[in-house]
Amino acid sequence: MLLNQFLILGAVLFCIGVYGVIARRNAVLVLMSIELILNSVNINLLAFSLRNGSPDGHTFALYVIAVAAAEVGVGLAMVLLMYRNRRSIALDDLAEMKG
Amino acid sequence: MLAADLLVAQNVGFYLIAAVMVVGALRVVTSNNVVHAALWLVVVLAGAAAQYVLLAAEFVAITQVMVYIGAVMVLFLFGTMLTRARIGAETDLNNKNWILGVPVAVLMLATMVIALNDGFGNERLPLDAAPVNTRTVSDQIFGDYLLPFWALSFVLLAAVIGAIVLARKD
Repeated sequence: MLLNQFLILGAVLFCIGVYGVIARRNAVLVLMSIELILNSVNINLLAFSLRNGSPDGHTFALYVIAVAAAEVGVGLAMVLLMYRNRRSIALDDLAEMKG
Repeated sequence: MLAADLLVAQNVGFYLIAAVMVVGALRVVTSNNVVHAALWLVVVLAGAAAQYVLLAAEFVAITQVMVYIGAVMVLFLFGTMLTRARIGAETDLNNKNWILGVPVAVLMLATMVIALNDGFGNERLPLDAAPVNTRTVSDQIFGDYLLPFWALSFVLLAAVIGAIVLARKD
């Protein structure tokens, strides 16, 4: 197997995730796109770990998974708070600080 | 090149799973239904776990299944359930200028593919690499990477407390 096929799969998933972050208006869907980005990073970490024969990539992939879980917890709590205060989770409604 | 070096079964598996993952990811960012997007995300995450197995990272694959498909998806579905008034397809899930995301993503993908082809070209993954077993990973976490592990524990603690403080009603 080529190293590049895993890296390009990671790149494709990363770009789809970036598109989702830019295009989506619903806060929950933006969080899902961020999960896509984090997974593409994990694929890259594990591919390079296999290529270099070192276990460091596995460790960092586990840390990325843990940080992603924490991020989803706090992110969804914020979305819930936003919904409770404004009855909407559309991100472009949050424009009070716009100059 | 010997036929045995081509690893036909692994390559077929890789491209099948990769195609499913890309289709699933595209549906996550284009679906008009938040619950459907969450279920397509499950497909992508399960495919990622399968790719980790192909990369000889079975412990990370199991962790992916338990943490992402088990816990994170339940959180997403709870978040959808608690924040939505309507069931079914919605029309206002995208920004007004969502089309700007397409050139950004395509340009970024083109840049990355050119750079990766330039840098790694036809480099093969080693076939005879010593497998990284769970014992090695745990020796890493509780040895060389102990300080990041502590930092991560505080991140998780802060996330738990922060989520409770943000979400409670008073």
